[in-house]
Amino acid sequence: MATKTFKIPEALEGLGSHGCCQGCGHGIAARIIYEVIEEMGLTKNCIAFHDLACGSNMLYAQKYHGFSGAHGRAIPTATGFKRTRPDMLVFSYAGDGATYSIGMQHTVHTAMRDENITAIVINNTNFGMTGGQMSPTSLIGQKTTSSPAGRTKELNGNPVDVVKLYTDMDIAYLARGAVDSVPNINKTKNYIRKAFAKQMAGEGFSFVEILAPCPTNWGMTPAQSLERMQNEVFKKYELGEFIERSAK
Amino acid sequence: MVKITYDAERCKGCHYCVSACPKKCVTPTGEFNAKGYEIVKFNEADCIACGSCYTMCPDYAITIVKED
Amino acid sequence: MADRAIMKGNEALAEAALRAGCRFFSGYPITPQTEVLEYLSWRMNEVGGDMIQTEDELTGLHMLLGASLGGARVLSTSAGPGFALFHEGLSYLCECEAPSVLVDVQRLGGGCGGISASQGDYEEVVHGGGNGDSQYIVLTPASVQEEVDLVQEAYELAEKYRNPVVIMTDAIIGQMMEGVTLPDMKEHDINKFDWAYKPLGANDTHGIQKAGWPSTGYDVYGPYRLKKFKDMHDNEQRWENVQVKDADVVCVAYGISSRVCKEAVKKARAKGVKLGLIRLITAWPFPEKAFAEINPNVKGLLVVEMSLKGQMVPDVKLATKCNLPVYTYLSCDVVPDSDMVVETAEAIIAGTAEEV
Repeated sequence: MATKTFKIPEALEGLGSHGCCQGCGHGIAARIIYEVIEEMGLTKNCIAFHDLACGSNMLYAQKYHGFSGAHGRAIPTATGFKRTRPDMLVFSYAGDGATYSIGMQHTVHTAMRDENITAIVINNTNFGMTGGQMSPTSLIGQKTTSSPAGRTKELNGNPVDVVKLYTDMDIAYLARGAVDSVPNINKTKNYIRKAFAKQMAGEGFSFVEILAPCPTNWGMTPAQSLERMQNEVFKKYELGEFIERSAK
Repeated sequence: MVKITYDAERCKGCHYCVSACPKKCVTPTGEFNAKGYEIVKFNEADCIACGSCYTMCPDYAITIVKED
Repeated sequence: MADRAIMKGNEALAEAALRAGCRFFSGYPITPQTEVLEYLSWRMNEVGGDMIQTEDELTGLHMLLGASLGGARVLSTSAGPGFALFHEGLSYLCECEAPSVLVDVQRLGGGCGGISASQGDYEEVVHGGGNGDSQYIVLTPASVQEEVDLVQEAYELAEKYRNPVVIMTDAIIGQMMEGVTLPDMKEHDINKFDWAYKPLGANDTHGIQKAGWPSTGYDVYGPYRLKKFKDMHDNEQRWENVQVKDADVVCVAYGISSRVCKEAVKKARAKGVKLGLIRLITAWPFPEKAFAEINPNVKGLLVVEMSLKGQMVPDVKLATKCNLPVYTYLSCDVVPDSDMVVETAEAIIAGTAEEV
């Protein structure tokens, strides 16, 4: 008799490889999202609204409902859908470029409206799909293809931290996890579970940022990229739960 | 008894599983899959089925079943 | 039973959308469209729908894309500057085959422009509409009643072709009050489409995955869309011809200008000038078939438009394969004057008007 099984959720079974690079964090993030969905019994009653770019690689890595709309617009598209079908689990899945750059107005206004959806943001501190340009979360000093000498405050402005941005927002849930290690992945999975549970209970906007490695565009081996997360990225972007509003 | 299923063709050779394993059961082989990524091998005898390799794998290449 | 009311064009349009089963509006205030949003801000609640005042116009379109994918009848409205922000979403609505109804209540000028009436968005709406071979039907009401009627029709066309439909109106039709007959309230079933995202059944092994074009690939989707555009072009031309069979001059106009032209036709005929009118009801597809009915010996076509450029002129020339002389009366920021229409027609007949 099996006592313990580690097996990918059914939604991801039997499909070809997703298109992500070696050591990319998207694969881990998508897996834990669908693990949670399966554990909650919502596999057939959910829809993911993906952004363009690396996030949309994950669209075809699962078998059930998914939609990839315009760059930066996953959150409003998810909003419109959720209003139409409030009984389904609806989440957006986008990167830091989409969420804090081209789609920043939605990141702010969706929280202001306390919209009953979940936004999942993969923050790998650069624009991955277009080849590693500076994003709003690139660290000061970070070399990217559009900040070759390293990001500076004078030239590029300071990076944005959603936890600080949301200080005054009355939303259901805000957490930041990471996929650099087993403990952090397990914690992140728990954040996702809480976020989804709050949505299904109609408690309002839940937001989970997931820090992820991007070895290809960071110019590192997968192992080095995890070290960079732990030594540099975590120092700027604190992990944990920051807003957890009790049920209305 | 632990049974590990490893889909070497899905593997992209990041070796997150190698560094995540607390029992050092996962090791690089020096061999490559069709896509050209270095694949790993598992020592099932020492495996405690903690799931660390599965958890760290971005490419859904590992399944672990522990039976008593 | 149908209701009679005296209503502003914008409010009548909003009410008609609800009566067509629209239960989702997302948009942003802009003069001269704002009454739609204000009206729906309280009325949508009464019918159990959602009305979201969004952070900007483009957000409105991406939100209604989501609602449309869920099977809802959706609406967003704006004026030229906001319609410029619609283009991103419009392109997605076309590409993703999301039925939807959008409205441009035209106002004056480029950039921010002004808030008075204009027909300066023809090119933006009819030939603009976003990147990558986007195409949609454009309806042009000329009265408050027609705003009501065309909204109903717009939803049916949108669902028939799985495509957005745009109603291009103007500040005057949108702002003026007229008596209207409103249709009965209709409920729309969001589960009636097989293409809409909805909860899967226990035995479903796959869901819908969509990123713009479907998984068939563009080599299949491209020709499919091309056929759809051709079907819309061939089957959905709508127009109203007024005394064109014997006319020496035929006005071509839509919206508020076409109403003035109708008056001009009466005035001209009263003094023996044979004037006719082709009134567009669709601006895309341009009603090319309407031109087959006009007097073959017509001396000229007169485009009457509240614009600087005579934006409709190229379409008129193409519809007639450049075989007829085209003249313009462009009143820009004021409503065309019916006497001026008649005078221009007389000048065309006398050979003193300048062809474009």
